[in-house]
Parts: sequence; C-alpha cells; structure tokens
Amino acid sequence: MWFFTSEERELQKTCRDFARAEIAPMAEKLDTEEKFNLKAFKGMGDLGVLGITADPEYGGAGLGATAATIVMEEFGKADPGTTLSYLAHSILCVNNIDKNASEEHKAKYLPKLISGEHIGCMGMSEPGFGSDAVGMQTKAVKTGDHYIINGSKMWITNGNMADVTYLYTRTGAGKKDLTTFIVEKTAPGFSVSKEIHKMGMRTSPTAELAFQNCKVPLSARVGAEGDSVVHMMKNLELERITIAGISLGIAQACVDQCVKYAGERKQFGKNLAHFQMIQKMIAEMATETETMRRLLYTVCYEYDHGHKSNQLASMVKLQLPKMATKIALDAIQLHGGYGYSREFPLERLMRDNKLMEIGAGTNEVMIMIIAKNLLQDALKD
Amino acid sequence: MTDLRKELQTNLAKWCATHIEPHMEHDDEEARFRMEIFQGLGEQGYAGITQPEEFGGAGLSFQDYVACLDTIAQYSVAYAVTVSVSSMVQSILKDYGNAEQKKKYLPALTAGTEIGAFALSESHSGSDAASMKCTAKATAHGYVLNGTKMWITSAGVAKTYIVMARTGAEGAKGVSAFIVRDGTPGFTYGKAEKKMGWKASPTRELVFENCLIPKENLLLTEGEGFKVAMGGLDRGRIAIGAIGVGCAQRALDEATRYALGRVQFKQPIFEFQGLQFMLSDMALEVEASRLLVQEAARLVDIGQSSVKLSSMAKLKATDTAMKVTTDAVQIHGGVGYTSEYPVERFMRDAKVLQIVEGTNQIQRMVIARQLKKEYAP
Repeated sequence: MWFFTSEERELQKTCRDFARAEIAPMAEKLDTEEKFNLKAFKGMGDLGVLGITADPEYGGAGLGATAATIVMEEFGKADPGTTLSYLAHSILCVNNIDKNASEEHKAKYLPKLISGEHIGCMGMSEPGFGSDAVGMQTKAVKTGDHYIINGSKMWITNGNMADVTYLYTRTGAGKKDLTTFIVEKTAPGFSVSKEIHKMGMRTSPTAELAFQNCKVPLSARVGAEGDSVVHMMKNLELERITIAGISLGIAQACVDQCVKYAGERKQFGKNLAHFQMIQKMIAEMATETETMRRLLYTVCYEYDHGHKSNQLASMVKLQLPKMATKIALDAIQLHGGYGYSREFPLERLMRDNKLMEIGAGTNEVMIMIIAKNLLQDALKD
Repeated sequence: MTDLRKELQTNLAKWCATHIEPHMEHDDEEARFRMEIFQGLGEQGYAGITQPEEFGGAGLSFQDYVACLDTIAQYSVAYAVTVSVSSMVQSILKDYGNAEQKKKYLPALTAGTEIGAFALSESHSGSDAASMKCTAKATAHGYVLNGTKMWITSAGVAKTYIVMARTGAEGAKGVSAFIVRDGTPGFTYGKAEKKMGWKASPTRELVFENCLIPKENLLLTEGEGFKVAMGGLDRGRIAIGAIGVGCAQRALDEATRYALGRVQFKQPIFEFQGLQFMLSDMALEVEASRLLVQEAARLVDIGQSSVKLSSMAKLKATDTAMKVTTDAVQIHGGVGYTSEYPVERFMRDAKVLQIVEGTNQIQRMVIARQLKKEYAP
C-alpha cells in the first residue's frame, strides 16, 4: 500500500522471504500429519515478530496494526495454520499481557514469549459458551493467598503446547464479573483434556483445557477482579483486524496460483487464459482481493493513527473471511481435479479459511454487532 | 413418489445408518474403502438397481435409482459415488456390449461382488476429453494399450474397467472403448491421489505399458468410443446431481437439529432470525434441487432424456450441495469445523461434485449451447 512506512515495507519483504523459505515448504506435509511447525515458530523469534506489538523494553517490536497485519498476510499466503498459531501467541497472548498486565508480569513472561523460548495461548471460549463468551462459567475463587480455578476452556489454539495461558474466568454472579489470570502450564490442577481434530488449520493445534482445583497465586491475577471485560475490549479491534490479514493472504495466494495455472494448463488446444469464463473468475477474484486489501489496510492505518472503530473492525472481520472462502472455492474450481487434490495448496487454503468465518467471532456475531451499532437508536424503541 | 420408492429409501436408510455411518469419520481420516460395505449394498439389491433382472439387476426405474443415490449420499458421498460409477459401467455394457460381453461381465457387477470403473480423463485431458493420448494398437493377438488415465474413481478396488483409448486419428472420432480387467499383464495402478474429500472412495491413476487385451474386449467398433462415453452422459450427470441432493439434505438435517439444540444468549440459536433465514434458504435450495433431479430422471424413464435439464440438474444440485454444506458448518460454529460432527466431511465431499462429470463451467457451456439451438432463428 502507498502509505506503508519504509519499516513496514522492509518487514513485508523479510516476512515474505521467511514464509517462502521456512513455512511454505512444510505446509502440505504438516497439514497431512496434523503437526505444528515448531522450527518456523522459533525462527519467528529470531526474526523479531513474536512480540510485534509489544514494548521494545521486553524484546517487542513496538509496532502497530499495519505491521502485525502485514505479517499475517505474508505468513498466511504460505500456511494459514502456522499463522493462526502465530496470531494466538503474538496477538491474543503477548499483546494482551503487554497492554493489560503489570510490569512484573511483563518482565516475567514477555522476554521468553518474544524470543520463542515459550509459547502462549489465550483461554476464552468454553464448550457451552462460544458466541456468547461473556456467559462463561469457569470459576476462580479466592482462598487465602491463592485462587482456585475450576472449569474448562474450548477451542484453545496452541492450548496443548502453551507454556503460558492468558485466561478469562468468572469471579462473581454479575454478567461482567470476569477476571483475568496468567496461568503457567505447571500450575497444579491444570491439564490438556483433549486435542481437537479439525477440517483445516491442521498445522495449528487446538485443545480443550481443564482446570480441576487449579491453584494459582494471587500474583497471577491481571489487574483487579472484574477487569476482564475492559481487557477484552481494549484489544478487540486489533484482534479482528489482524486475523482478517490471514484471509487476505489466503485470497492473494489463490489469485497468484490461478493466474499461474491459467497460463500453463491447456484444454481444447489453448491455455485456460483464453476462455472468457476463466477470465471472469480470475478478474473477479482479483478485484475482490484488492477490495479486501484496501479496506483492511485502510482500517489498520486509521487504527495506528488513533482512530479505533469497533464497527469497521467488525466489518473487516465479516467481509474478508467471507470473500476468501468464495475465492478459495473458485480457485479449486478453476483447477478442476487438480484443485481438489493435495498436489496444489488450494484445497488446504479453502479448508483453512473456513475457520476464519468461525473463529474470533463468527460471521453471524459480526452481523449482530454491526447491526446493533447501526440500529442502536432504533432498538431503544 | 411411489410407495415402492419410499420403502426402498426407508430400508436403504436403515441399512446405511447401521453399516456405513459408524465407520465414516474414521474411514474418511484414514482414506479407507471397505469392500464389505459395497458388497453389503449389493446383497441388499442396490448395486444394479436399473439393470434388467435377467442380468441380476433389480429392474427398477432411473427415478428409483436416483432416489437411492440421494439416500446413500446422506450417509456417505463416497459410497454413493462408488455405486453410481459402477452402475454407469453396467449401463454402458448393457447399451453397447454384445451378448457375450453382457453375460460375462454384468452379473458380478449387478450383484455387487465386483465394482466397475470408468477411465476417460488423462493428466492433460480433463474437460477437453477428446484430446486424450492413451493409445490402443491393433495387433494379430489383440489390442496393445499404452498410456495413463487419471482421476479414476474405484481404481484398484474395481475389477472391470471401461477404458477409452485412441485407435485412430486425433479428435473424438479416433477414440475406441475397451473392457479391461484388473490383473491384465501390463496394467498397473499409479499413486493413490490425496484428496480434500471423497476420501473413502479410492482415486488412482491407471498405467498401461504394452498391455495386451483380447480383440473381443472392444465395445462396438473402432472409433465409436466417444459414443460409448457420451451415451450415458445425461444419466451420469443426473446421478451426480442426486448425490449432491443427498449431501445437502444431510447438511440441512444436521444444521437444523443443531440449531434447535444449541443454546447461546439463553435461547436456542434457531430462534435467531438470521439463522432462520439461512435454514429456510437451505431447505428451499435442497427441495428445488431434488425436484429438478427427479424431473430430469423422469424424462429419462419416459425416453425423453433432456441434455439441458440433465446439465441443469447437475449444476443446480451440486452448487446447492456446496452452499448448503458450507452454511451448515457455519451454523455449527467451532464444532462444525471438527471431525466430531459430520458436516465438515460433507462440505469437503461437496466440492468435487462441482468438478466431476463435467465441471459446472462445462455444464453452463452445455446449457448455453442448448439455448442457442432452441432460440437461434
């Protein structure tokens, strides 16, 4: 984009090269085996992107939404699963600690999380509380000099391998009586109860976490009791924007692959590029991708310049994943039988992108939010 | 719908629920095909539904057949496809085979003790089938086949293959159709394709290296291969449409039940108008597709098979399958994305229905060609 700073351009190139060398070559194999690319993750630590938005004092890059989204797009082109794990670590865990936790917490957790020595995750959803996350039932009870946590957390990206969980719990009966903790994997009573097998994003492990009389010290609490909703709201826009960057990467990868294939594949004596139906598909998917890019990075730019918008962030999160699923399905279609096979990355990109319409707030929840923002006055009546 | 057809579907649904459903999550992950399931369908009389009783078939109508494919696909798109391809091979043998060929190959196929497969596509000849390179050279001892065939459904588990190969000049008129048996020297299988869906149905390459087959394995005469390949085209398309309908029906069933049971914000998510609209549209598309498929099938039964309607049935039903399965995953949210619920499998299976038996782009070309015929002065 024309307004990228020289630093952001440099980051884009570095991430693109890294993704080509370290992420893309492993994607198909690890998708089949349902395995995490730990080597690439460690490499991201050396690259300096694991704390992309975090305070440089603790090893972070101190950059904004634009930079974080550039990383998502470039990594997302190569392997959305690895990128999702990167996002859960750097945005959902590291950024939340950086923006909400105390200096003691930051000094204790951030350096190792940002170097790649440790892996982080965030625990919000529960089996019975997905879209309705604020209804969560995992309880933390203060007992003397510690808290006892009981309950379970579902759909936790990186959950099975995380050293540190940024956890939301309930500490009272009121709707907003939610409290945040940083829980280490060695905490007594903490365990990984189930690994979840998914349609896509298979290179990004997902787990259910169990807390059975899990004991954590008072110092594990982030802020005061009842602060969680404030914590959640602070980074909501950033989370929605950056995750949409993965869908942009997916869409761009599909367009690139279709353009290439249309020039290579011959049927009826000429390459596919000559057929008007193919031209239509490619022209439309490229137009949609470019629309996505302009919307996304404009919202990033505004965010970085102090104009946070819940409405625009929700629109981005609704529109990009939705378009990318359509583009990926069309890209498979354009490749015919080959698109359906694992020889090409398209079927994987499509499976991966479906999650983008579900995770971090489903399309339907985005629609609810957007409508509520638009209709708030009318709804009072 | 006739009582017989209803009974046929009810019994078949029961059988599939007991014998297919319990395996599918596991078999999909492992890409495993079970011959005993196919044979079981055969024992129940579903392997050769439309074939005459003299060859061991059930002697039922094409409408009965597509209704059964619809039902099987509600449990497994992969087995519905296996049945449809094997049935297509039977129809080819019945329509174009001589008395001896019919007697020799049909009974095992109609009984379901053997599977039939059909080999037309090659790596560089997909939509453009007439450009195939695989050759069959006539010699004193028979035909010698050389070349490869790609994307062959049931390759490796089928015993009887209808193979298209070039015996003459370039183009469609130089192509002939042959019966090739599994185990013929010079006939081997290439790598198993790793696919996004349809995983329980094996897809492999056929490799012919100086493969000698007897002269009597030629269907019709030399150069009539395309007639054989295209003869069953309308029926093949309707069959894939029927599988699309079953696939979509299952996704609709799962999504509706889930929406009624899942509580968020203190009420079943079904009560949200946004979801009601999604589900209503899904139900509408499924019914519309089924009626179109049934109508195309009825025209086949009364001898007025329509190229346009067959293509429309395939196009509409498979686009519906893709849309409805995708929405069903969406309605399930996170759990829909996991293999614990079947909807993600049906979504992966749906995608290939838009590709096989003529991609949906090709169907649009076919429909346009028919429109031109109807409207051009």
